[in-house]
Amino acid sequence: MEQIIQYISVNQQEFYVFILAVFVGIEVISKVPTVLHTPLMSGSNALSGVVIVGSILVLGKTSPENYLALGLGFLAVLLATLNVVGGFAVTNRMLEMFKKKPAKK
Amino acid sequence: MISQIIDICYLIAVVLFIVGIKLMSHPDSARKGNSIALIGMLVAIAATFLTPGLNNILLILVAMAIGTGGGLYYAKSVKMTAMPQLVSFFNGMGGAAAALIGLVEYGDLPVNEIGKGAVLMASLIIGSISFSGSLIAMGKLEGVIKDIRINKILAFVLLAIALVMAFYVLTSGEPQPILVYGIVLVSLVYGLAFVYPIGGADMPVVISLLNALTGVTAATTGLLYNNKVMLMGGILVGSAGLLLTLLMAKAMNRSVANILFTSFGGASAGASGADTGDQVAKEINLYDSSILLSYAKRVVVVPGYGLAVAQAQHAVHDLEKALEEKGVEVLYGIHPVAGRMPGHMNVLLAESDVSYEKLIEMDDINEKFPSTDVVMVIGANDVVNPAANDDPSSPIYGMPILEVNRATNVIVIKRGMASGYAGIENALFFDAKTRMLFGDAKKVLTGLVTEVKNM
Repeated sequence: MEQIIQYISVNQQEFYVFILAVFVGIEVISKVPTVLHTPLMSGSNALSGVVIVGSILVLGKTSPENYLALGLGFLAVLLATLNVVGGFAVTNRMLEMFKKKPAKK
Repeated sequence: MISQIIDICYLIAVVLFIVGIKLMSHPDSARKGNSIALIGMLVAIAATFLTPGLNNILLILVAMAIGTGGGLYYAKSVKMTAMPQLVSFFNGMGGAAAALIGLVEYGDLPVNEIGKGAVLMASLIIGSISFSGSLIAMGKLEGVIKDIRINKILAFVLLAIALVMAFYVLTSGEPQPILVYGIVLVSLVYGLAFVYPIGGADMPVVISLLNALTGVTAATTGLLYNNKVMLMGGILVGSAGLLLTLLMAKAMNRSVANILFTSFGGASAGASGADTGDQVAKEINLYDSSILLSYAKRVVVVPGYGLAVAQAQHAVHDLEKALEEKGVEVLYGIHPVAGRMPGHMNVLLAESDVSYEKLIEMDDINEKFPSTDVVMVIGANDVVNPAANDDPSSPIYGMPILEVNRATNVIVIKRGMASGYAGIENALFFDAKTRMLFGDAKKVLTGLVTEVKNM
């Protein structure tokens, strides 16, 4: 318990960011129309692919002899990339359909 | 110097994420928002490559190349109807990546760092749940996996076991590599047990929740590395996803807890089916329908999953144009959970160039039904089931519905008399105002277009 409290106090900056980000997230999408629920879910799904940064770091610091860690790290980078690229591409495909046709104006 | 540059890049990335999501919540700017968020992601990735002492760069690039190829291929080749499944799949990949990072990181974690260890355990457990849960959700939407009843208590026991194991690993004072894999395994099974018993009709809410969970794992991974871009990005997704989950559940007038911890359909479906069993639905043919439609002042189309399955979105748009040439006002009534995901219908109709001003949300369209001449229900069922309003024994009782029976006429286009996704009978089909037009939605609509044009 002591150690957890200590951890929080050492990393309090992170915890402030954590709390503030919760409110930013809620604030930013609070007025979204139903029309955009699916694209928004897909878009935020793409953003959760930011875990790719961690995957790169973990594979980047693994020693070339540790095959198990290399394998797991490789998989992590691959899957996270899939999440990022696929997520953004799918979202873009959905949103392309909301393009306004100039002819309709 | 280099690490300051990385920090600034991460800061820029976070700002781009926030602006991106903000823009994504309005139809006109949504595409720009997606691009801005993508730029933010590219900045974050590029900055990560600047990290001093990064090994295995070739390996990283190979993995990224495979991931990029696969991601683009799936994203481009999937049909619009299968979009929700794909989102669920990608979401699972993110969760898996977080869990894998946790596994590798455990090897380097000093046993006395309990705070960091707890964060790592959270990454492992939540990431694994998100992975297996998302795949099950995908299978359910795809129709590959049927509803199975799993004792909820059993599921909780699994979660409790995972937590106890995590607690033991943290406090034992020794490295426990085998137990850590055990935690992942139990969490994976919990993810299965968690999503399995939830009815298919509630899947949108579950996917949104799993999406939020993946965000949380990205954030815990960020904590692990003291990396603010992961922390901020992850929490943004987590809180936005959670809010989205609550909005959806609210649209169905059910609490999230109710959806997650009670099974849908089943026993009472038989009970409410019995009293409509001897009634006969009245049929209508194409010609009569087209007359009804052509001479209406206002027609409201209520699309459902059946429209998506039949790929009839273009046909319905053609009908809309044909009717508008005759001076009929055509609107679309969109139930928040029509289809398999909120907004599913909007995306589908937008694909065939239906302008989004015509897509009216539930509350607004319900006010318009009394002055509507014809409602055309295409492949929707549960979202127009009056049992939600007046049959307390129905499993969907209390869910807000599109009150189509307040319109003058109702035409229901359906393949047959089968019940909807929730597996419940629909009294609307036996209503005096209702006429059934049986057939594949696309064929029927194409037929209607021809008839209306010949009128």
